[in-house]
Amino acid sequence: MVIKVLGSGCKNCSNLEENVKKALTELSMQADVVKVTDFADIARYNALKTPALVIDEKLVSFGKVNDVNEIKSFLA
Amino acid sequence: MFQLIADTLVYDWMALNASEHWVEALHFFIYDSLKIGFLVIFVISFMGVVNSYFPVDKVRDFLTNKKLYGLEHLLASGFGAITPFCSCSSIPLFIGFLKGGIPLGVTLSFLITSPLVNEVAVVLFLGIFGIKITIIYAVAGILVGAVVGFALSKLGLEEHLEEWVKDQLKEKFRQAAIKDSRSFKQRIPEIKADAISTFKRIMPYVIGGVAIGGLMHGFIPAGYFEQYMGKGNYFAVPISVLLAIPMYSSASGVIPVIQSLVAKGIPIGTAMAFMMAVVGLSLPEALLLKRVMKLKLVAIYFGAVGISIVVLGYVFNFIL
Repeated sequence: MVIKVLGSGCKNCSNLEENVKKALTELSMQADVVKVTDFADIARYNALKTPALVIDEKLVSFGKVNDVNEIKSFLA
Repeated sequence: MFQLIADTLVYDWMALNASEHWVEALHFFIYDSLKIGFLVIFVISFMGVVNSYFPVDKVRDFLTNKKLYGLEHLLASGFGAITPFCSCSSIPLFIGFLKGGIPLGVTLSFLITSPLVNEVAVVLFLGIFGIKITIIYAVAGILVGAVVGFALSKLGLEEHLEEWVKDQLKEKFRQAAIKDSRSFKQRIPEIKADAISTFKRIMPYVIGGVAIGGLMHGFIPAGYFEQYMGKGNYFAVPISVLLAIPMYSSASGVIPVIQSLVAKGIPIGTAMAFMMAVVGLSLPEALLLKRVMKLKLVAIYFGAVGISIVVLGYVFNFIL
């Protein structure tokens, strides 16, 4: 599984990345967490606002920092 | 209130003589830093809340489905004014709008106004020039976006988008609605994180700008610049627009300096044109746009915005 955190490196993007990692630990799952900071790449996923979350090339959320529980529901 | 704090601090506690230049400069510095700092905190928090609830996808769908005889440019431009400007979101929004089927001209109206009328510029204007000038500035900025976007829509510029953007547009657009049903309380941490980082980023420039402004306020005689850059000098507007282009990174420091320049004789129209050019025509933004547009379109875009700003500067010098 590949999880991408889209965003330019702002505080909220790194918060989202941390939550993703926590969710993975709590579910004892393994996944590659990739940061996508390039605007062109962010645009490719149709994310209108950052931070955004892409799981296996599918945009699941944008414009918010998802909490750990919500990320777990995306991963389940 | 801020006047009172500054008075007490400078004249009572420090017991300084109000007639000395450097005391006047110090008083100005304390008063303006307090007032602007307070306003910045208030406005960026408020805009953070607005932004958190603002349904960008709904706006996109609305603009896609409506044919409003040119009025859609005004709507897109107004939308650009209320979205917080951040270069990190303007390019994804630009592509997102185009992919959603919004015409290039309408999307450009959005893109032009987004930096031109942004929350930081507005709050600084409010703190420094007062409500009337701020409203005139905001309305003028929205009109520039609407008019330039409308004019550019007539030129058929789609072919000047970068190839990868054109490829993206060929793809069928589909996206399931993503709902955000969080409560206000749940949103607070990320609104706070955003507001704090904006505050930290701009305050050093604001303080620096106010300090320079304070020195000019205290030491340069009133009307000093009138002889060089007064209304009689017709080149003053275009020159100040050109001077503004490299100043983007320090936009929040420039406005307090402008205030002192206006107090010392620079006409308000020239000052406003300069301000608009500082935030609206920046090299970092040009580089960003170059990622999605070919050089020719970037040049047309900047040329058109620059010319409208110069025209506005003359108009304001004439009417204000």
